[in-house]
Amino acid sequence: MIRQTVTTAMLAGTLAMLAMAPAAAQTYVRGNDGDPETLDQHKTSTVTEANVLRDLYEGLVVYDTEAQVIPGVAESWEVSEDGTIYTFTLRDTAKWSNGDPVTAGDFVFSFNRIMDPATGAKYANILYPIKGAEAINKGEEGELGVTALDDRTLQITLERPTPYFLELLTHQTGLPLHPASVEAHGDAFVQPANMVSNGAYRLESFTPNDKIVVTKNPEFHGADEVAIEQVEFIPFEDLANCARRFEAGEVHSCSDIATEQIADLKARLGDQVRIAPYLGVYYYGVNTSREPFDDLRVRQAMSMVIDREFLAEEIWSGSMLPAYAWVPPGIGNYLDTAPELAYATLPMLDREDEAIALMEEAGFGPDNPITVEISYNASENNKNTATAIANMWAPLGIETTFNVRDISAHYAMLRDDKIHDVARAGWIGDYSDPQNFLFLNRADNPGFNYGLYDNPEHDGLLDTAANTANLEERAKILAEVEAMILRDLPQIPLLFYSSRSLVSPKLSGWADNIQNAHPTRFMSLTE
Amino acid sequence: MLRYVLRRLLGAIPTLFLIVTGAFFLIRIAPGGPFDRERTLEPTVMENLNRIFQLDKPLWEQYLHYLGNLARGDFGPSFIYRDFTVAELLAAGLPVSMTLGSLALLTALLLGGLLGCIAALYQNSWIDYAVIATATFGITVPNFVLAPLLALIFGVWLSWLPAGGWNGGTPANMVLPVIALALPQVAVVARLIRGSMIEALRADHVRTARAYGLPTRMVVVTHALRSACLPAVSYLGPAAAALLTGSIVIEQIFGLPGIGRYFVTGALNRDYTLVMGTVVVIAVFVVLFNLIVDILYAALDPRVRYD
Repeated sequence: MIRQTVTTAMLAGTLAMLAMAPAAAQTYVRGNDGDPETLDQHKTSTVTEANVLRDLYEGLVVYDTEAQVIPGVAESWEVSEDGTIYTFTLRDTAKWSNGDPVTAGDFVFSFNRIMDPATGAKYANILYPIKGAEAINKGEEGELGVTALDDRTLQITLERPTPYFLELLTHQTGLPLHPASVEAHGDAFVQPANMVSNGAYRLESFTPNDKIVVTKNPEFHGADEVAIEQVEFIPFEDLANCARRFEAGEVHSCSDIATEQIADLKARLGDQVRIAPYLGVYYYGVNTSREPFDDLRVRQAMSMVIDREFLAEEIWSGSMLPAYAWVPPGIGNYLDTAPELAYATLPMLDREDEAIALMEEAGFGPDNPITVEISYNASENNKNTATAIANMWAPLGIETTFNVRDISAHYAMLRDDKIHDVARAGWIGDYSDPQNFLFLNRADNPGFNYGLYDNPEHDGLLDTAANTANLEERAKILAEVEAMILRDLPQIPLLFYSSRSLVSPKLSGWADNIQNAHPTRFMSLTE
Repeated sequence: MLRYVLRRLLGAIPTLFLIVTGAFFLIRIAPGGPFDRERTLEPTVMENLNRIFQLDKPLWEQYLHYLGNLARGDFGPSFIYRDFTVAELLAAGLPVSMTLGSLALLTALLLGGLLGCIAALYQNSWIDYAVIATATFGITVPNFVLAPLLALIFGVWLSWLPAGGWNGGTPANMVLPVIALALPQVAVVARLIRGSMIEALRADHVRTARAYGLPTRMVVVTHALRSACLPAVSYLGPAAAALLTGSIVIEQIFGLPGIGRYFVTGALNRDYTLVMGTVVVIAVFVVLFNLIVDILYAALDPRVRYD
């Protein structure tokens, strides 16, 4: 009998502890890549900011845990036959954190603000598919194709059918702002005391270099399903610091892992180390306006001898995938079997022979060597990659030198001077569509066209694809474009990115996905 | 004395002016600008941003503009923390860096002084050797090695202390950063004090004090230590500078919200105003600290007088 009592008491105690534990653990300490430049969604462009803004605001549509598009403020939508008019019905339960309803007018205000050149929105061009957007953003007259038919109906007219438009709206540039707050506070609407948001969380505090704290927004329409009460975003520039604090149990997730630590952490932490395909490509732009890089045979030979498996496994510790194509695998709106480089499956020795032959044909070899300068932005991994590639090029009679700049100087050189032979660059897609990668080689896109590729046929095909509503046909045209890039190699794809995270077993609801998007509202914490 | 302080402060103005001018033009020489990233901006957007931040004006005009604002205490807006002004960032970061720095300095002086005295009193004994060995070790191990090691041992393996973060300045969060910051300085101070203490113990006035039959503790503390302190005091200037640069590293490794990190992130991202702000604060700090050292010197050394 006594034993019974003791057991019951213990059981009650355990239950009480169990009941208390989640309450105590309701703060999710989340490692982020750094501090946001700003919390003004219109002035941001990076993933760092997206991670915070995704919790603070809700767009018309949002990503679920698998990065699939699901209804957000819009509960449903219709697309016109020709794919150019989207009519969204907003849910009547959508509210701002001050209790105001979220109306179609709020979205009209927001889209007009981001396109206004005076806003200085860095990434406004992502929304150029909207009718009139490009003209307005470039300072010309025009009317934006965003209208509120009534408080709960929003109509967006596009320039042309854009199959990835819904996907685009998940980007932070598509998030609404609370017009009254912006009008009352101007740029200061982002401060914790002023910010009114419509997402699962609202801003509590922002201490630069320390943390951003957001707490659950009771006005959020799905507040009942939001399990985590509070999130602290900690900026980690020093990745090893995040790993240490993760292991000490102070941080529940890290948004990146230092390459040199991956093997060790994997061995000790097992599946808490998450490495998942990510929508990004790491490549070398070859300056085709310079000799001898104007010779296709030289570019092909340079690409052929690069052992991408070695780079992925040895240099990047398996945190990258070898890239034999330009568009990352797993992308939406594309063919199942996309084009790839012809020598993808050829053994390295054969590739080397073939490359040497190509170089000889072009008149180069160990007796008549060429000098190549690789420009890259300073980082340990970029350095190791460039050094390895220089070694792989040596048998072709290529003597490699390096030009290392910090990131600002590197990209300023690529944008303005273009004085590189070969330059390292990387691109992380903003939406899951091949167009988001193929536009990098357009002649009229000098900001990204580091290969100085100028092929009217290529650009023409992209234009055709842009006006093709049928998704299958469009995919075929885009595949033609990619095949053209792989044939001409103005930029040499090397690796596809992976997202690398540390995720505590206490945290559930974190699913690996190609966008590396992890909304906190679907997660929960346990002790 | 007051006149001396005033003269020194006035004399600092041209120094600061030169530093500000040098830093302003040096950071502008660095290629690239605050808006150059992977994503290239639309030309119109770039134009707008340049206008908003007044980067479209000629450099000399920007310089005069900056000087004018600075004279009024306005450090301008930050480029990479667009929700904050540089003054707000510095106001938030300075207390953190100052707390860390002063605690580390205090630790270095007290612990280093104590160790140095002990080593000097037991000169050439095993205690002396142990102190000197530890000191040498402390100087040779750089704090970017020491700091992660401390975090790993006491934060991750033993779980005694937090492995990083500031947590609003909780004492537990300060222990490891302060130790990591102070340890190399402890070593330097210990060696300095040991050397000067040995000398002081052999000095005439100490011998006289001994001859009077004063108790050993009194001889050491009031007579020998006072003159033995002088080298340590003159080392305060360099020590403060070392702590400042050290805190850039330590703040990064422990993820602390001090101003050291702004210096690095500001420079790397071409956040002109933020870099300038940190330079000005650090320059003012170094000038003030040197002044304090000189005044302390006068208080300690009867041979030094300021008129």
